[in-house]
Amino acid sequence: MTTDHAAPPVPRQRGGRRSVDSGGPPVPRGSQGLGGLAGKVVVLGLVAGIAVWGAFPLIGARAWPGLAVLVVVTALIFYVYLSGRHIPAKYLLPGTLFLIAFQILPVLLTVSTAFSNFGDGHRGSKQDAIVAIRNASITQVEGGTEYGLTVATRGGELVFLLVDPTGAAFLGDADGLEPLPAGDVTVSAGRVTRAQGYTVLNLGQVGARSAEVTAFSVPTANGAIQSTGASRASERQANRIYDESCDCIVERSTGNRWTADNAAGSFVDSQGGHLAQGWRVGVGFDNFTRALTEPTIAGPFFRTLVWNFAFSLGTVFTTFALGLLCALALHSPRIRFRRTYRILLVLPYAMPSFAMLLVWRDMFNADFGLINRLFNLNVDWMGQPWTARFAVILVQLWLGYPYMFLVATGALQAIPNEMNEAALVDGATPGQRFRRVTLPLLMVALTPLLIASFAYNFNNFNAIALTTEGGPFPADNTTIGATDLLITYTYRLAFGAQGAQYGFAAAISFYIFLIVAVVSAISFRRTRRQEEVYG
Amino acid sequence: MTWVRRVGWRHAVALLAVAFSLFPVVFVLSAAVNPLGTLNSTALVPTDVSGENFDDLFRTRPFESWYVNSILIAGLSSFAAVTLSMCAAYAFSRMRFRGRRVGLLSLLLIQMFPQFLAIVAIFLMFTTIGEYWPGIGFNTPWGLILLYLGGALGVNTWLMKGFLDTVPRELDESATMDGASHAQAFYRIILPLVAPILAVTGLLVFIGTINEFLMANVFLTDLDSKTLSVGLFGLIEGERNNNFGMFCAGSLLTAIPTVMIFQFLQRYIVSGLTSGAVKG
Repeated sequence: MTTDHAAPPVPRQRGGRRSVDSGGPPVPRGSQGLGGLAGKVVVLGLVAGIAVWGAFPLIGARAWPGLAVLVVVTALIFYVYLSGRHIPAKYLLPGTLFLIAFQILPVLLTVSTAFSNFGDGHRGSKQDAIVAIRNASITQVEGGTEYGLTVATRGGELVFLLVDPTGAAFLGDADGLEPLPAGDVTVSAGRVTRAQGYTVLNLGQVGARSAEVTAFSVPTANGAIQSTGASRASERQANRIYDESCDCIVERSTGNRWTADNAAGSFVDSQGGHLAQGWRVGVGFDNFTRALTEPTIAGPFFRTLVWNFAFSLGTVFTTFALGLLCALALHSPRIRFRRTYRILLVLPYAMPSFAMLLVWRDMFNADFGLINRLFNLNVDWMGQPWTARFAVILVQLWLGYPYMFLVATGALQAIPNEMNEAALVDGATPGQRFRRVTLPLLMVALTPLLIASFAYNFNNFNAIALTTEGGPFPADNTTIGATDLLITYTYRLAFGAQGAQYGFAAAISFYIFLIVAVVSAISFRRTRRQEEVYG
Repeated sequence: MTWVRRVGWRHAVALLAVAFSLFPVVFVLSAAVNPLGTLNSTALVPTDVSGENFDDLFRTRPFESWYVNSILIAGLSSFAAVTLSMCAAYAFSRMRFRGRRVGLLSLLLIQMFPQFLAIVAIFLMFTTIGEYWPGIGFNTPWGLILLYLGGALGVNTWLMKGFLDTVPRELDESATMDGASHAQAFYRIILPLVAPILAVTGLLVFIGTINEFLMANVFLTDLDSKTLSVGLFGLIEGERNNNFGMFCAGSLLTAIPTVMIFQFLQRYIVSGLTSGAVKG
């Protein structure tokens, strides 16, 4: 028996804590060093400073709900970092705050618009619509009052100084018409030439602000006073005004009526026509059912869905196949110039992808594109459905395979050599070794990345928008083209030339979300990774 | 014969792939040095070499501002995103708490929502933000960085968590036993060990951000505040043929920071890209 074994274990200090006192007792769990404390003070001080900076404009604008949110969030940050508990929260809070503010909140707002008719002609409230309809119908009326106009400013803000035919002077601003005391103004030749508290603009100054002057409008009981030149203004009347008793818009000149349809958010006449200007209302699940039932939309929707799957699966499959082939080819110590090959192979990955998409688009150009010139072809690549589809997948292959090459190289290196050697000893051919040993091991490692790649390519907006822009379009349907993905189609719906339909676009994007989420969830469930993730 | 079967095919595959990888890049290079600077006068191999397109780019456009903006935005965003993501991954990997499972899954799910459809909502949000705090509103790099940080937690967090799971728990547990706080264990023990995955996610975020076009295009409308992607797109938006040389010159210059970072981080890249996913 030796004394060595009987010696009591000596407590050892590790790492940075040794400096304090190597013989001292261990510091209790959860405490922190002086450096940590100082860091905490600095960071929390910064948070407090930002909160104060953020609070002033909110207080100035009396935006109390916003201020309340700011105070609550700041208090939450202080609570989490000052209390000794909730350790996971200390690590999760910063990222989560950004996530909530700039991802979850916008997504929730978008989803909520899916239940409304929000879009062009249905943006604001009913009151906004009434005002807009009234203002749009303002026209010169017979016998309307004519005014002598002087454009002036009041502390930088534009105002009209007006003189009516009787010689009385008025101030016209965005709030309406107001008489000016005769003592404060000098009127000559039917116009104000000087007014106390106002700066009269000369013709040159008026010219410089002509756009502002033309748009300026002084509301009156029946319409508005607007300029008809640099020195004249006249009262104009609204032709269409809202009548509360019948909840309708009445056109003065003809007597036509448009009654409010409060469920649809627009004013409709007896023939079923409606005014362009409506307002935003909730429409329940209408947008969701419309995407599935309306034949002009549902037909292309399903066709596009099929192509969308073909595109994303095709992209994942081809990039993975080529990337894996290259990785296998270079996965051998025998081959020379390995480093050089690798750097050249991944060059597409380093080039800015948006620019390369545009370059590829021009290389496929039928008239002066490189591809046709190089191979002496005369193919209108982007003009025919199948060549266009081939082209976009080829472009994605070029952009995407270097990533798969890198990933597959890494995974190949992680496979222990013993596995292959054992198979070799058992007499397996190279093909068998690849199919039975290498590939299954690779798939375990790479399936999550392939699923992520699928989800990404399913909504790969740039791939289409920067190359074919969805085209070519069939002659009978200009809304959805042969290479359109759901996402580019939705983008055209939401921001397109025919007028924005945000509500409807939001409903479709919700469907897209469901499809991608379900497909990904199923694939994840089928991989072993599932159990490990929750382990 | 055996050489062909063992090694020759490897060279053949590699050479073909290199040709496929390179020819668009060569075309871009050829367009960039083409003195005429138009698309239809550009051949695959340059016939005449000049720096005219580069000159024009710096003289007639605020290219330096675009460059600085891009580097600033992509650099700060990737640094901050990696920091935020790493903290979250540490919590998800090492701690057990209520909502952990839900949190991990929702990180993946949120990413699957077609993000840019939220552009309308984001536009309205930042209109309001710009009214109160012009410093982080439209046409500022800071607002855009904040917006990008909204996506900091996501696939990258999963990648990092996967990598962290492969780092033996005993390492930080023993540090904790020795009296280190959770913060010290994180900074002194964990961070140095996970450098590869930090490099990889940093590079991925950097490439993603410097290429990001949709949000930046809505966000940055002032000529001087634009990033490279928005500015270069503006070059050929109206005049597709005439500015092509300038556009290609700009694209080549855009690739430089990415290639530099790539070279710098190369030794980490291959192991880091998959180690998160590879596990027994």
